[in-house]
This record gives sequence, C-alpha cells and structure tokens, in this order.
Amino acid sequence: MPDNLITYRECIKQAIREALLGDERVFMMGEDVGRYGGAFAVSKNLLQEFGPERIMDTPLSEAGFVGAGIGAALGGMRPIVEIMTVNFSLLALDQIANNAATLLHMSGGQFNVPLVIRMSAGIGRQLAAQHSHSWEPLFAHLPGLRVLSAGTHEDARYMLAPALLDPDPVIIFEYTSLLNLENKLPENTGSIDISKAKVRREGKDISIITYGTGVYKSLEAATELAASGIDAEVVDLRILRPLDEETIIASVAETHRALIVEDASKSVSISSEVSARIMERCFYELDAPVKRLCGAEVPIPYPKHLEDAAVPQPAQIVSSIKNILQHA
Amino acid sequence: MLEYRMPSLGADMESGFLREWRVKPGDQIRKGDIIAEVETQKGIIEIEVFDEGTIGELLVKVDDKVPVGTLMATIIPAGEAVPVTAEKAPAAIGIPAAEVAAAEEHHIRASPLARRIASEKGIALSSIHGTGPDGAITRDDVEHAISARMAPEAKPELQKEPPTAPKEGISETKSAIPSAPVEVIPTKPTSAPGFSTETVRMAVAAAMSKSNREIPHYYLETRIDMCSALNWLSEANKQRPVRERLLPAVLLIKAVARALNDVPDLNAWWEDGLQRKASINVGYVVSLRTGGIMVPTIHDADSKSLDELMQALNDLIPRARALRLRSSELADSTITVTSLGEGGVETVYGVIYPPQVALVGFGGITEQPWAENGMLDVRPVLTATLAADHRASDGSTGSRFLTAIKNYLQQPDKL
Amino acid sequence: MAQEPATAKPLTREQAQKLLYQMVLIRKFEEMSAEMYTKTKIRGFLHLYIGEEAVAVGVMQSLGTEDNVLCTYREHGHALVRGLDPKIIMAEMYGKQEGCSRGRGGSMHLFDAKTRFYGGNAIVAGHLAMAVGMALADKKMKRNGLTCCFFGEGAIAEGAFHEAMNLAALWQVPVLFVCENNFYAMGTALRYTHAQTDLTLKGAAYGIASAAVDGMDLLAVMQAADTASDTVRNTGKPYLLVCNTYRFRAHSMFDAELYREKSEVEEWKKRDPIPGFYNYLMLQQLLTADDFKAMEIQAENEVQEAVDFAETCSWEPVEELTKYTYSENAS
Repeated sequence: MPDNLITYRECIKQAIREALLGDERVFMMGEDVGRYGGAFAVSKNLLQEFGPERIMDTPLSEAGFVGAGIGAALGGMRPIVEIMTVNFSLLALDQIANNAATLLHMSGGQFNVPLVIRMSAGIGRQLAAQHSHSWEPLFAHLPGLRVLSAGTHEDARYMLAPALLDPDPVIIFEYTSLLNLENKLPENTGSIDISKAKVRREGKDISIITYGTGVYKSLEAATELAASGIDAEVVDLRILRPLDEETIIASVAETHRALIVEDASKSVSISSEVSARIMERCFYELDAPVKRLCGAEVPIPYPKHLEDAAVPQPAQIVSSIKNILQHA
Repeated sequence: MLEYRMPSLGADMESGFLREWRVKPGDQIRKGDIIAEVETQKGIIEIEVFDEGTIGELLVKVDDKVPVGTLMATIIPAGEAVPVTAEKAPAAIGIPAAEVAAAEEHHIRASPLARRIASEKGIALSSIHGTGPDGAITRDDVEHAISARMAPEAKPELQKEPPTAPKEGISETKSAIPSAPVEVIPTKPTSAPGFSTETVRMAVAAAMSKSNREIPHYYLETRIDMCSALNWLSEANKQRPVRERLLPAVLLIKAVARALNDVPDLNAWWEDGLQRKASINVGYVVSLRTGGIMVPTIHDADSKSLDELMQALNDLIPRARALRLRSSELADSTITVTSLGEGGVETVYGVIYPPQVALVGFGGITEQPWAENGMLDVRPVLTATLAADHRASDGSTGSRFLTAIKNYLQQPDKL
Repeated sequence: MAQEPATAKPLTREQAQKLLYQMVLIRKFEEMSAEMYTKTKIRGFLHLYIGEEAVAVGVMQSLGTEDNVLCTYREHGHALVRGLDPKIIMAEMYGKQEGCSRGRGGSMHLFDAKTRFYGGNAIVAGHLAMAVGMALADKKMKRNGLTCCFFGEGAIAEGAFHEAMNLAALWQVPVLFVCENNFYAMGTALRYTHAQTDLTLKGAAYGIASAAVDGMDLLAVMQAADTASDTVRNTGKPYLLVCNTYRFRAHSMFDAELYREKSEVEEWKKRDPIPGFYNYLMLQQLLTADDFKAMEIQAENEVQEAVDFAETCSWEPVEELTKYTYSENAS
C-alpha cells in the first residue's frame, strides 16, 4: 500500500499469520474463519495457506468451540478462538466465566488455560442491537481473564503475539468500525507489553482516558483542542483487566483533571471503574470532578443518526473538555 | 459424655424445627440411626447420629426452633456415668458506642487538590474566592491566596522612590535584574492567575524552552540618543506631584505602542499563521526579588496617555511582585517589553514569549560618545533591540519598527 | 444376591479384592464425609456417591495413566479410584491448603495434575466441551490417550451436551462419554426432563457409538467400559456409555427427598453394588468373611487417617487470597 498505509483488518491478519508461522501449537477456530474467509474477511486465504487442521471452521456452536478451545489449551495447544461478534460471545460466557477464568484458581494453581479469544465488537456499522455492542465491561468484570482492547493499528498488529505467550486466558476485543481504516504502523514496535496502558499523546491540561474506538476519537479531539491552546493527554487503557492503575494515576497526577471516554454504556462500565480508582488513589490531585462520556443507555439502534448519537463523538469530547477547563 | 448438636445440613441452613424425637433417654443407639426429624425450609429431614451409646438427656422440646450447633441431646458411651454439663451462654459482644461525629464542617465547594494545598499551607478555604466550575475553589485560587499572604505588604515602590534625576532611576526593575536576559509571561492562557515563586520558575523554564525550540528568532539593534527624552521628562516631572512623576519606562512603552501602530505585523500572535491583534497590549517584564519574572499586561497602551501608563505601572508592578495578577493581565499581551534599567549591561537580546512574534529590549542608559553632524559629543544612549519571529516577519519589517521607536523617543512631546 | 460373571476374563483373588476394596473405601469415605459435614468441618455443597460406586470403579479400570479424566461435582469416588490420596481429598474438603486443589476448590472441585484428573466440574455439562478440546489436543499432538468424561443424565438436557457431541463426532476425537444415569437431576426424575428417555439414542443422533449398562453391576460396567475404551482407542472416535445407577443418599446433604418414595430407595438398595459383588466373590471363593471384615477395618482406618490428617492441616494465609488468579509467570 502506498506510504506504508495498512488497514486495521490487515494488521489483525498479519498478526494471526505470524502466530501460525511461529508456533506449531497455534491453531485458529471459529465460525466461517476458513472457507468463507472470516465474517469480516480477516482470515481470508489463511485456510489455503495453512490447511484445515490449523484454520478450523466450526459449527454455530459458541459454547462448544470455546469450551473445546479451553480443553485444547489444557491439552497443550495454543488456540486462537474467534467469536464473530461480542453479542454471540454470551452463548459461550459460561465457558469463559465458569471454566477459562476459574480453572487455575479452582485447581490451586495446577491448570492454567493459555487460550486467546478474539471477538469483534463496537458500534458504527449500522449492525443494530444484536451485532454491535461495546461489552468489554462484562468481561473486564471477571477475575482470571486478561482483557485487551485493540484501539489502534499498532495493537491490532502486535497484541496477539504476547497474548499467545500469556499462560492465562486472554480476550482481545477488535473493532468492526476500524477494519477498513488505514494508518501507519509505528516503527520499531515489534512486541508490546500487554500489562501496560499507553499514553498516545502527551499533554498537561487534562487526561483523556479511553480505549477501543475511543482512542482515535480522543486523539482527533486532542488535535482540535490544541488549536485552542488546550493540551490534552490521551491515555489508551489497552488492557481492561487487570487495569494498569499506575499509568492512569500518573497521568491524572500531572494534569489534575480527567475525562473518561468509552462507547460502552455508562452504568457499571470501565469508566465507572477508572473513575473510582482515580478517586481512591489520587483524590487530592483532582482540581475538577472526573467527567465521563459514555455510550447511551440503550440497545444500539439501526439508523445511522441514532447510532452516532448513542456513542461519544469527537465534538463532544472537545466541548466537554472546554467545559471542564472553563475555557471560553 | 458425648454431645449431640443440631447438625448443619446445608450452607444456607441456620436452624430447624424439631418435629419428632425418634429416641428417648436410655435408648441404645448405633452409628447411622435416625434420632430425630427436623423441619427445614426444604422439608422434614431425618437426622442421624454418628456415635454409639445410650441417649442421656433430650435437651430440646418438640416444635422448638433449634439453631445449628445447639446441644440437643447427650449420649453416654457404654459404661460411663451421667454428668450433666451446662451449656455455656455465649459471651455477649460489647458494641463500642459510636463515636460522636465531629462538628459539621461548613461545606465549601473546593477541588480536592485545592483542599489539600490549602490544608498544607494552613489557609482557610473560607478566605478564598473560588473561580472554578460553579464557583469552586481550584488550585489556582489557593495559590493566588498563598501568594497574597506571602507578600501582603508589597507597596508600589514607585511612589516611595520617585526618580531624583533624569539620568537616574531609569527603570523600576533595576533592583532585580535577572541574571539572564529572559522574558516570559509565566502562565498559560487558560489559567487563572496565582503562582507560587516555585511555579514561576518552572513556568519561565517551560515557556522559554518552547520559544527557543519553536521560534526562529532574528535580532536587530539600534542606539538611541535619549538626551531630548530625558530633558523632556525632567521638565514634565517638575509640574507633577511626587506621586505622579513619570519614569523613562513610560516613554519607552509608549514609543513601542506607537511604533506598533505603524508596523502592525509585529503586534500579533503566531497560531497557525500570523494573526494580527487589534489591541496593542504591552507586556512589561517585572523581575521578582525571589527570582523569576512576571509580565503584566498594559492594555491598549497606544491609546493611553503617559500619565495613564504611569498609573498602570504603579498598579501592576507591586501586584506582579506579590504574584497577584488577574488572568487577563497575564494572558493578553501582544508584545513584550523588557527594560533592564541602569544595572550595567547595555544590550539585551530577548527570548520571545509564544505565541507573540516580537520582543523589544532596552538596555541601561549610559553616557557614550556620540558623533552627529561631524561633531563628537557625549550623550545618554539607550540600546534598543528587537527579537522577532522570522516566521512572522522579516528584517525589513523589524528595521522599520526599531526606526519608528527611535524617532518617537527623539520627539517625546509628541508621545 | 449373586451375580453372574459378566466378563470372560477370570479375576485373580488379588484383583477381585482390590476392586471390592475400592468400592468399600468410597462408601466409608462418603459416610465420613457426611458426618464431617454435619459437624461443619466440611461446608459448601456436599454430593455423595453412595450407591453409585460400581460406575467409577468399573469404568476407571479401563483407563490408563495417559488418559484424561473429567468428572462432575459428585466426584470423590472417581478421585479415590484414580489414585488421589484420601488424605489430600479430605484436606481439600476441609478447605486446607494441603488439599489437592490447595483448599480452593472444596468437595466439588478436586483437581490433580499428576493423575490427569481435571475436576470436579460444577456447571452441569460445562466440562463436556472441554473434554472434546482435550481430545482434540491429543489428536493434533498425536498422543495416544483418550479423554474420559463423566456426567449425569441431567447434563443431556443441556445444549452444551449436544454441542459437545456434535463437535466430538464431527472432529472424530477420542472421548469416552460416560453418562452416570441415576435417574434424578437433583430432584426431577428422568421422565420429567427428557422426551426421549432411552439415552443411548442421544449418541445415535450424532452417529456416535452408544451402549447402556447396569451400573449396579461392577463386572458388567467393567466389560462395557473395556469395550467402549477399546472402540475409542481403535477408531479415534467418541463413544457414549450410559451407566444406569442410583444414589442411595439425598442429592446433597440439604435435601428432604420430597421427590421420591422411600420404597423406591429401598428397592434400589437391594441392588447395592457392594453386597452384590461381595456375594459374587464369596461364591467364586475369592473372598472370605474375615477378608471382608479386615477390608472394612482397613478402609475405616484409611478414612480416619484422612480426617486426622485434614484436622492437622493448615489454612492458607489470607494474604494468599488472590494467588492463582493469574499464573505467577504471567506478564
């Protein structure tokens, strides 16, 4: 592609391909990942390259193949299980919550589950209430899971490798609305630390704390704010469980103000958690109340204008921050 | 003596109703025998014994509600006597009296950070005026209050020390010449005022670093014969009461303001290109005795009379030294003037305060040989320099500007 | 009641007595567990295997050390036969850190890596898909073991059962599914939970070889399990073995048994697998009454030692609460 531009979709695909090439124990399974090429064309041609033993089409059987993924991980494999959308993951939630997340602890440390589950999530493709939600908070609630959110091309490309090295179950959220987006990959990334949040933009006036689709939206807002003399920091949480509290606290302790941005609906969300941690850890650094911009409390509607209104947009981020800073 | 206690049959069972004793005192029992029926929320459950022997006493009556763990019966192992043991009453747990809540604190809206700083510095929140959202006290408000407390006695020394001679007392900043010629407005446009001396130093550092990092400076300088200006000033001051006497600084400021009218490209900010400013607001550098500088703004300097400019300086300088400036007095400058007075150095090459595009520096007025019309004379000479942003203007613009200043200062009666 | 030998292979005296001892040990262990429960030494839910001993003992004889075993929450018997020390099982039920799951699992979650004993799973049918995945891993890695997965007939009503059966048949992986049909899903009888009560047909629907056996007859179970295991090993395909059995005790300790008649329980007790096998061995002259007496005493002693051990075990320090939530070498 010209100018080293790469789509988010291609980033994911390259990551999967690299994993399959790098470790014989890795295989991928999921609905339509093989012959169809992936519901969102992420795994197109991988079946041809790696064969049906390593790119396994599964029946529509989320509980079954996620459970099988757990078993295969217990048996020494390194499965990548794809769940077509976050909505369907609830059919496998028993396996994720009751087995993957608990086995290590319940067995007194004897049985770890080195499983990676990828699922596409997010809002913005007019897929309506049963194919688009931002349900990261449901999974981030569960001890025993590591929950990652790939809000950038860099993470779409480089999160999978460390996730596969993790001895415990890792959920990676990918975002349908970003698939076609082109961007450059930062140079010299190679491998990333999936225990750390990342400051995507440094700033001194306020911390925008976000993840997933909120990252690019917040960076866009920060650029606009800079023209008004407001210097916003953008913190990409990246890992939603266990939260990298230190990065959050360090940022807020510098800026003394925080706006948390997420597509998930506000109640009992990641932003609820981050807000509470800020209050617990650096209340006396706050020079303004922590504010949140979240998804509306509504199943995601089909029409574009309502869908857009259901999640925070860059203009709202800009106006919220000007409001917090009492900026004329 | 063995004890038979109400068994716990489930994690959620707290008690049961004894509905029937299947045994009576003296009955032989074996392990696994059913000795009673107990009704629970799940229905009647037969309860078994795990010991062998003879039933001693039955201690619970039928239809009593029996908490888990209650002694229900005694069992005598074969060949043992019958000592009756009284069950110990559980010791009552003393509940410490709740502490009486402290006197209700008057609710004051303040940010946690502001509260913390106020508490550390021993400042009562009730003494602070809040400027934050909904009138909340912010960190800036507290720091403002602290600086006011630190320098509450600061007086306008201009009133205390009027110039005694035209060639002396060139500038009120003479007593605190910074060791390096840096000029800065140590704040950001969005901030309310109020600084500690520590934060001033950091703000100077930040703004100057940014300037040298981002602004391509160019420098011009010219020497100005101040003879007529100082003579005019001396005459003018004779007609004024001591409190209203003028300092040379007002002439310099006014000359700069007038020159900007002529060369408006230097009265501007560089923000996504050149943005000329309608008002001419001159930032005037004031050195702090504790180090660092403050740069209060004299608004609309071009339209103020010399007396009005003098009043403005008399107002601003002591407040600047006390760190008690309003945000508009810090944020609105469109150009900066620094005057080092008679400290010794003759020339100052300044650092522009972004987003401004120019800074005018005045050295001390010193007597120097001066050639004019083929004659050599000794004159009070002032070196004026211009530091300008080469993105916004070029040398010819700067040259016209410095020349204009020079001309105005040689015709002080027209100022 | 005497039983006809269901297997052609003659048992040696030693083999025969070992089998009987395993059933007796389970029985004594479960009786002690009930006692310790009422004395609040054991808490949570406690599900006893009394009456069903022949299934675990019989099926387990067909398994080797390379095979994986997954069980339900009624798994003390399976753990004992698989070779877990009664002491560490009892310590686990006490919640002590010397227990097989360091006390974190309790009665329902016995785990042991050394014997490939994967629980102790308390979501009905939740472990079936895991079993399929473990077998899939064996197949992919070209290992020889099979995966034996025990579950009750209640699990067959779950969607997870059907997903697991379909995947196992589709992928042709070596899973031995053992349905321990004790006719009650907690308190609801088979006839109230299944439209098709012939459970072997549930396997047939997926093209999985299936058979049913009298789960109260140890020798019958052993022979059926041998056939099933051999089939799985030889074909690499799954097999469904339904063992019809009965629990003599309530579902869990806190169960008034409102859902079944005492006469029904008494009828099944006449088919108690322990006296059944005892009588068979006496007839075959592989056992004497004194042998059995000694066997009971040995089992009681072993169980008492387990309790004594559990009593002396230690509690995990509270500071270790969150240990094992993530692997220690996790990033």
